[in-house]
Amino acid sequence: MTGDIAVLGAGMHPWGKWGRSFVEYGTVAARAALSDAGIGWQDVQSVVGADTVRGGYPGYVAGATFAQALGWQGARVTSVYAACASGAQAIGTARAQILAGLADVALVVGADSAPKGFFAPAGGERPDDPDWLRFRLLGATNPAYFALYARRRMALYGDTAEDFAQVKVKNAAAGALNPNARYRKAVTPQDVAASAVVCDPLRLLDICATSDGAAALVLTSMEFARRHGAPDPVRIRAVATNTPVYPRTVLDLPDIATDSAAAVEPSGESFRASIARAAYEEAGIGPEELSLAEVYDLSTALELQWYEDIGLCGEGEGAKLLREGATALGGRIPVNTSGGLASFGEAVPAQAIAQVCELTLQLRGRAGERQVAGARAGITANQGLFGHGSSVIAVR
Amino acid sequence: MTRTRTPVVAGWFTADEEGTGFRLLGTRCSACSAVFFPREDSFCRNPACTGGELAPVPLSPRGRVWSYTDGRYRPPAPYVSDPGAEWKPYVLLAVELEAERMVVLGQAAPGVELADLTVGMEVEVVPGVLNEDAGTTWTTWHWQPTGAR
Repeated sequence: MTGDIAVLGAGMHPWGKWGRSFVEYGTVAARAALSDAGIGWQDVQSVVGADTVRGGYPGYVAGATFAQALGWQGARVTSVYAACASGAQAIGTARAQILAGLADVALVVGADSAPKGFFAPAGGERPDDPDWLRFRLLGATNPAYFALYARRRMALYGDTAEDFAQVKVKNAAAGALNPNARYRKAVTPQDVAASAVVCDPLRLLDICATSDGAAALVLTSMEFARRHGAPDPVRIRAVATNTPVYPRTVLDLPDIATDSAAAVEPSGESFRASIARAAYEEAGIGPEELSLAEVYDLSTALELQWYEDIGLCGEGEGAKLLREGATALGGRIPVNTSGGLASFGEAVPAQAIAQVCELTLQLRGRAGERQVAGARAGITANQGLFGHGSSVIAVR
Repeated sequence: MTRTRTPVVAGWFTADEEGTGFRLLGTRCSACSAVFFPREDSFCRNPACTGGELAPVPLSPRGRVWSYTDGRYRPPAPYVSDPGAEWKPYVLLAVELEAERMVVLGQAAPGVELADLTVGMEVEVVPGVLNEDAGTTWTTWHWQPTGAR
């Protein structure tokens, strides 16, 4: 297919709370990706950085920051920010440049150094900023929104706290097999039930942590990959970066209200579902052809929502799919084989890139003990604050 | 010292005087009748609308609980709380307004507990106090169960 690009290299800095600069993590991941690809930094024609808002100015211009750290060599540079979707935007940008013939070899890097505790808005008195307002008026933290979704699922679909805990148990089991994960211990349902309630009904172990970490990819044209001796690389076939359609009827961070559907009839498709649909349409494949999926489990309950939004099951059937074991390693359609955010914690600009690193490992058949047998196609799904879709489909 | 009562954000709700019906205030587009809350005063955000005048409109005073939760840990600034005092969790509600076909967040009125709530229960908007400092009582809106199920 003419729209394909090759993933020649993938690299990560292990997730954790290391207390060092995001630049260091990003450089480690970039070097690992270049080494994995067998490509020298001097041969990279375009570097795309996924920005972090937590590193001061160098974080806002991450592309140049990483280029400087690797040693200025004149490559085209781009820096992008789209909250949790920053990584997908970086991949999408590199892909567009490659498909347009502007570059044959691109390096995509995202890295973060996370603070302790709840994410908070930028400082100052800024009543025009909805992110500032939700904290000032409501004290509505990210977990508060996750909890509202979780409670809604319990009321609508009969999901239980035990179902949510099982998502953590499943993801912890996968994460225990991943050397790049921050949490590598098995978790029992009792562990989840014994953890403190953060926002009822969600407990500490239902909610992903915030982490330091970095991920990088070397992306090239298919022609370059062939010349480079990689005739059958992992290919990225779709990158969805769509926005919602008015009226947006599902409450989302950091909004204080949904759009009103009084004047315009809603499409009937949620924003999250539209992200996956856009990716499927671009790739020309459907959910039935997937070998695995990496979805953004900011909370355990949200993972179940994603099952439905990416079409693995019907609406309200996410918990049933989980209970059947379909989404565990060895199941029909394993989800979050990396261990997910449950095992990583979120390193915002790195996370969507890390999802693609996992697809790459799986599609190469090099995921070790967490390998999905015969993996041929995978999807990542994610959503950035303020309306940024993020979904990547990779195939082999 | 008497404190001045000041809305924590201007123009989002009516004055909480005795005897007047307290309402959230949105805006409505004169061309397409789309409703916005928080109020949109610049341009209509309906992509199919060529743009009309945006005039203030009171929202429905009652709605049904879409979902609810609480905050067991102190939220970060700019949420105002006394770091010296023990943190007291409050309840957060998402409320579906039938006429406007939208969901609006808000804190529950003081005294409302999680156990008092169910999804689908009717609640009404009432005047509330967010916090007080030396010179100001910062007012806001709260959601309060009506008692009708």
